[in-house]
Amino acid sequence: MTDANHTLDPSQLPDAEALLLILADKLKPLLKANTALVGIHSGGVWLMQRLLVLLADQIKLHQIEHGALDVSFYRDDYAQRGLKAENRPSQITFDVENKHIILIDDVFYTGRTTRAAMNELFDYGRPASISLIALINRGGRELPIAPQIVAAALSLAASQHLQLTQLADGSLALELTPQHNSARP
Amino acid sequence: MNNPQLDTDGQLRHLLSIEGLPKKILNQILDTAESFVGVAEREVKKVPLLRGKTVCNLFFENSTRTRTTFEIAAKRLSADVISLNVSTSSQSKGETILDTVDNLIAMHADMFVVRHAQSGAAHLIAKHVPPHIHVINAGDGRHSHPTQGLLDVFTIRKYKPELHNLRVAIVGDVLHSRVARSEIHALTTLGVPEVRVIAPKTLLPAQVEKLGVHVYHDMDEGLKDVDVIMMLRLQNERMNGAMLPSSEEYFKTYGLTPERLALAKPDAIVMHPGPMNRGVEIDSTVADGKQSVILPQVTYGIAIRMAVMAILGGGTGAAL
Repeated sequence: MTDANHTLDPSQLPDAEALLLILADKLKPLLKANTALVGIHSGGVWLMQRLLVLLADQIKLHQIEHGALDVSFYRDDYAQRGLKAENRPSQITFDVENKHIILIDDVFYTGRTTRAAMNELFDYGRPASISLIALINRGGRELPIAPQIVAAALSLAASQHLQLTQLADGSLALELTPQHNSARP
Repeated sequence: MNNPQLDTDGQLRHLLSIEGLPKKILNQILDTAESFVGVAEREVKKVPLLRGKTVCNLFFENSTRTRTTFEIAAKRLSADVISLNVSTSSQSKGETILDTVDNLIAMHADMFVVRHAQSGAAHLIAKHVPPHIHVINAGDGRHSHPTQGLLDVFTIRKYKPELHNLRVAIVGDVLHSRVARSEIHALTTLGVPEVRVIAPKTLLPAQVEKLGVHVYHDMDEGLKDVDVIMMLRLQNERMNGAMLPSSEEYFKTYGLTPERLALAKPDAIVMHPGPMNRGVEIDSTVADGKQSVILPQVTYGIAIRMAVMAILGGGTGAAL
């Protein structure tokens, strides 16, 4: 992986709440009949919950269903790292068959989480299409997978770990920490 | 004290008994099982975690249900599974347990699920195998049956999530039951405040109170206001000598009838690890009744066994 990327100063981080509004605007034209939203735990699910409120009219109009995936059972680093102590049940209660699925993730990085999520989705049925939206693309893709829609793009050094957090009042914030061992791929 | 079940980082390495496992590990298994329950309801009832691994079921003692659920669990994790009914194979030709195990390791087995009539058999194998191989005790003698204990508390948690408010009664042949022992350890470790055992003196181990349970010899008294009734099987095959007058007599004193069930709380659940002796320890009306969760226990048993294998089979991050 190239490491010519910049080391970002935490003060230069964009505001997650502002990005959320941009993402909602960009997502709006994608919402049509026979579409479903699927958040990837944890950040993607928080985003989805906010988008469901922001886009409530379109969601209702097109009867858009939603679900959540925890990709722990499909990650490609299980043989090295094992299962995380905390994992949540995936909840896909609608029929995936022939649906247009929009996957929602907080930070797009290597593409490995997306791969795991796609593999899991196919175990529920054969969707008509899968697209990916993310709040932020931090750079560092390792697979031929990329988000269709992002609210912002950065190019972070591999030594930096960017993640979305949910504050006590429910609002979202981006957080930059030094890369640690349990980081998601 | 060196606990062979945990590695130096306190992670689960083998599952041999619930005794000695911290609450944190028990909760990790139960929470992971929660995620596996949904897998069985999907179009594809499989996840790829143990793809390329070989799980070896070593059953030195027969048990159709336990062996089948372990087999299904391993297959739903995408492992290759070999089930050996050892009582009918090499052992009868004189091979020792450890020689059998060594041969299977030479065939690149990654995990052993062991059932044996002798207490301590799984421990013996766990001590013997190299570090990358994991052992799960699927019942050893009168000692322990940890996945049964775990699936029982998982079932209780599903129906009665507030474990710290529960009164649980375990009824029957506690003396011969590895299930009872595992249940008691699981319940007390997870903070269930009142665990009762109800049995005749002849079917209770000496000093059973030391496990932290309340002892009742009178069933009506013991069932009063309990939230959960866990029946045990009368272990005919483990019974030597005259501990009981007859199974009819036993049913009269310790059988769970609708009248006795009415003494427990109205929303109490009834459990049984199977196989049931209808009309000996449990009345058919109760076994098939509204309060019975005996079949959900079987379903949840698969999720629990998947969780244990998935936790054991993954890397520890140690090499990173």
